[in-house]
Amino acid sequence: MVETLQNLALGFSVALTPGVLFYAFVGCVVGTLVGVLPGIGPLAGISLLLPATFGMDATRAIVMLAGIYYGAMYGGSTTSILMRIPGEAASVMTCIDGYAMARKGRAGAALAIAAVGSYVAGTVSVVALMFLAPPLASFALRFGPPEYFALLVLGLLVLAYMSGGSMVKALAMAALGLLLGMIGIDQMTGYFRFAYGVVELGDGIGVVPVAVGLFGLAEILATAGLPTPPEVIKPKLRELLPSRREWSQSAWPIGRGTVLGFLIGIIPGSAHIISSFVSYAVERRLSKHPEEFGRGAVAGVAGPESANNSATSGAFVPMLALGVPSGPIPAVMLAAMMVHGVSPGPLLIKQQPELFWGFIASMYVGNVVLLILNLPLVGVFVNLLRVPYPVLYPSILVFCILGVYAVNGSVVDVWIMLVMGALGYVLRKLDFETAPIVLGVILAPMIEMALRQSLAMSDGHYGIFVTRPIAGTLLAVGGVLLLLSLKPLITRSLDWRARLALAEKGEERL
Amino acid sequence: MLTTDRVAGAALALLALVVFWESRKLPLGSLSNPGPAYMPVVLAGVLLAFGVALVIVGGRAAKLAAAGWSEWRHAVAIFAVCAFGAWALERLGYRATVAVALAFMLGVVERRGVVFTVAFSLALAVGTFLLFDTLLRVPLPRGPFGL
Repeated sequence: MVETLQNLALGFSVALTPGVLFYAFVGCVVGTLVGVLPGIGPLAGISLLLPATFGMDATRAIVMLAGIYYGAMYGGSTTSILMRIPGEAASVMTCIDGYAMARKGRAGAALAIAAVGSYVAGTVSVVALMFLAPPLASFALRFGPPEYFALLVLGLLVLAYMSGGSMVKALAMAALGLLLGMIGIDQMTGYFRFAYGVVELGDGIGVVPVAVGLFGLAEILATAGLPTPPEVIKPKLRELLPSRREWSQSAWPIGRGTVLGFLIGIIPGSAHIISSFVSYAVERRLSKHPEEFGRGAVAGVAGPESANNSATSGAFVPMLALGVPSGPIPAVMLAAMMVHGVSPGPLLIKQQPELFWGFIASMYVGNVVLLILNLPLVGVFVNLLRVPYPVLYPSILVFCILGVYAVNGSVVDVWIMLVMGALGYVLRKLDFETAPIVLGVILAPMIEMALRQSLAMSDGHYGIFVTRPIAGTLLAVGGVLLLLSLKPLITRSLDWRARLALAEKGEERL
Repeated sequence: MLTTDRVAGAALALLALVVFWESRKLPLGSLSNPGPAYMPVVLAGVLLAFGVALVIVGGRAAKLAAAGWSEWRHAVAIFAVCAFGAWALERLGYRATVAVALAFMLGVVERRGVVFTVAFSLALAVGTFLLFDTLLRVPLPRGPFGL
């Protein structure tokens, strides 16, 4: 405990230096913009701004990119409440009661509750991250290639299980991502695989063009031709203060959302999306007035908003402690850290304590910045939505091309982004999740290397994955998940994943 | 019946077969000592299995036509402009490429006024170049005319 506090003091000595503070602020502002603007989510936002961090030292770069991530979680609620358009996917649940509150003249109160809930959840979950990551990293030092192989396979299975809709479809997408990750030089033998003479493909397909294509370009291709969004409800500054009754109604949902969000965030999957869905379902079940949900229930805003912000910090736990991304956004963050010469994993905390603890402390600072930004400046951010979409999306496209090109200075990456954009557009139309593809691309080389190293260790015997206790347990958990996913096929009922898919499509009001 | 799951399943199965075919050129290795083709072949097998499963059980999914493709012309136009951008970026330089692509997108695809289109395209092309290349020192291509 004392050691943790000493480390945190070290972190604050880094985070409160003017340079780091400035980039935390810039990250929060950009993240809020990314969250507010429909068509550009946190994943595309982080990917696009990665090249802009190349000139910075690692700490500043990571602090800024993390600021974009949790800033987007804050910003996403604004469009959900004022326009019923989720700025990013995790805000889908906030649309339901947030917009209903806005129509009843309580837009300001809904925004304030979302911002305060996000602040409380963000801060509490950083405390949990601070205490959980170091012991987990110490435990992970016992991991060898078989354990990492089992962990990575489990990660993909959990991601598929936690995705909304069919697990077969999610696993097919994960397999597709893993296959894409096979492109490039085989690390063990030096053979070129599926490169067809394109030298730039030797290093494999980058996660940035894949992420920007699947999430940024595909979103624009699907939405640019649609009718213009509905009118924005404009809150007045003096209406921002919720009533005493609204505060008391939001207190417990914020607490529950924080705990739920953090726990779900640690598990691989699109945690911030799932956490808001679970929180909404829990709040409705616990409410004495479930009939109010869908008609402006305060708990329907406070719970999901707290949960999705808390999940953001939770997602950093496996990434920082194990070096294993739990979803597409941590995967891009992992890639960003590697670009800056930082290798997340068990040794990060010991070898680069300034970076780790500076990053943790900057998250406290970032949460304060976001609270300040999101309440009084909400009118400024909402003005952005007055820019007509036919003007906005070409500008976003320019940033997509620029961001992807700048990572490696390669036009091949831009072509990869285009192919992924077209693929993402078609997959979206066919109702497939694309997040497992991104995770597959980044995990493929790790899984293959872990498998081949394990077999080299065991002289070619696959029993090494079962006889070692940690690896065996992890694979057994994966097997249980596969069996659980078969349950709805046998009982012919809708499980929670099917209901999540329906809710995301707006076909079902919870 | 053509459903979204069946079409996607068939496409994934086809892709898996292509991967099998292309993997012939690489050493497969053995179960105990995998070669460079081992993982791609295993993954192609998994993808083939899922693809076939989707074709078999995908009858209850939405019909392909019901997926809603009304905006496809717009999507094709945007994609074509992006493809031009990728082709021209190192040939014409960043500023010229972005200005031309934006002008086409705003003026032709979105039918905005000429003055606005020209002013906005030039401003964004020059502004982003200044921000990224000059201030943030991210090197962007200049092309044969230094643009």
